[in-house]
Amino acid sequence: MKPAIRFEQVNYSVDGLHVLRNITGFFPKGKITTLVGPSGAGKTTLFRLCNGLKSPDSGDIFINEKHIKEYDPVTLRRKVGLALQNATMIDGTVFDNLSLPLKLQGKQLEEAEAKRLLNLVGLEEQFLSHGAKDLSGGQRQKVSIARTLVNRPEILLLDEITSALDRISQQDIEELIMNINKKFGTTIIWITHNLDQAVKVADYTWVMIAGEVVETGDISVLTAPKNERVKLFVKGEEN
Amino acid sequence: MSFLNLTLSLIFVLIPLILSKTLNLGLEKDTIIAVVRSIIQLLTVGYILHFVFTSNDYLYIILMIGLIIGAATANARKKGTSIPGITGKLIFTFLFVELLTQGILLGFGITPPTAQYMIPISGMMVGNSMVLAILFLNRFASEVHAYEEEIELILSLGGTPKQAIHRQLITAIKASTIPTIESQKTMGLVQLPGMMSGQIIAGADPIQAVQFQLLVLFLLLTTAVITSVLLGFLSYPTLFNQRMQRVKEVNPTD
Repeated sequence: MKPAIRFEQVNYSVDGLHVLRNITGFFPKGKITTLVGPSGAGKTTLFRLCNGLKSPDSGDIFINEKHIKEYDPVTLRRKVGLALQNATMIDGTVFDNLSLPLKLQGKQLEEAEAKRLLNLVGLEEQFLSHGAKDLSGGQRQKVSIARTLVNRPEILLLDEITSALDRISQQDIEELIMNINKKFGTTIIWITHNLDQAVKVADYTWVMIAGEVVETGDISVLTAPKNERVKLFVKGEEN
Repeated sequence: MSFLNLTLSLIFVLIPLILSKTLNLGLEKDTIIAVVRSIIQLLTVGYILHFVFTSNDYLYIILMIGLIIGAATANARKKGTSIPGITGKLIFTFLFVELLTQGILLGFGITPPTAQYMIPISGMMVGNSMVLAILFLNRFASEVHAYEEEIELILSLGGTPKQAIHRQLITAIKASTIPTIESQKTMGLVQLPGMMSGQIIAGADPIQAVQFQLLVLFLLLTTAVITSVLLGFLSYPTLFNQRMQRVKEVNPTD
């Protein structure tokens, strides 16, 4: 398996608190990797490092085997798309939000393309003119995914994107992400607290606990764990 | 005004003191301190100005203007501690405002190059600029804090720091300049400007006083906009590093 993102001894701390310790490993190219672990494991921070919103204190990150520092930050962030759990919306309509990535490049989003994106994430076309901040949590997460897709990222980082969705919508999004992965070969890295989902969608899995990578591998890491800490985590006893 | 008249004006100090004592407001000590400080400060400034005006030496004029800028910077910087290098940015802004306004006034011969004109106008311009700087810094800091997630979103989608902070910058610039513009709309209707009133009381022709006041108002308008815009564009880049990352932490533990 070729790595899409590779980490070598990556450390990151805030005010003396180690958020990430000696992270070494890779997310395979063209696959879906689920990233699981208890709250405070440093998963979202790891995403911020991959998207270039933060830089590690020490260690190296490679995107498509090219050092992250060699990428211009703007190019990197378009290549490595990030959809965060809070699904922040800017003021304005859903269309304004979908247009944002192209507007930042001085381009315009065609209305037909906006409608296609909405359909893709399971929202009806009339949502385009809705106020984005009036949407429900689930609808915001769907718009957030669609907005990230506008940049056509090679790597897609998804942080708890189905946490506010009902079961049916969760399944829709799971299918959507798997389709994007198959159709465009997009590498997906997906943080989820839902272990059933992690097993269902993943080709590869990372388990992170307290800023460290405890185990990586195929879904047997979660279905038949050997590591004691992973066993406790899967049982719901590791916090 | 004679010293006897000035002494009699202390009646206006006695009234709040008596009221405070009668109603147990507890303002006596602060009132006395305020009165004593203002007497000492204003008399000192009065004597210094008298000395500078009579000597009319440019070195003293520059020193006075330097003092004004120094005091304004010391006051305004307290509101901008979250912005790296704020002291230098404030000094640059106040100097720019001072040089621009005096450059126009002296360059076009609108006012004569004497201490009598240069120092009071500098005081008004830098004073106004200081208030604007404080208003701007206050608003800018609260806007950035309130919209931290939106700033991160724009950066994460491949926006530049300027694009990410544009909305907060424009809001802070507008919010800080609006009071100046609004107060000028009611000028003469609601309040007579202090300087114009002073000139009229001192016996100047009201039309001439108005003309001079208009000049000052236009200058204040310029300094207001320039201060906010300049300070804004000097400040926002320091909130990001060379990798276009926000310098402040967001949700550091997860």
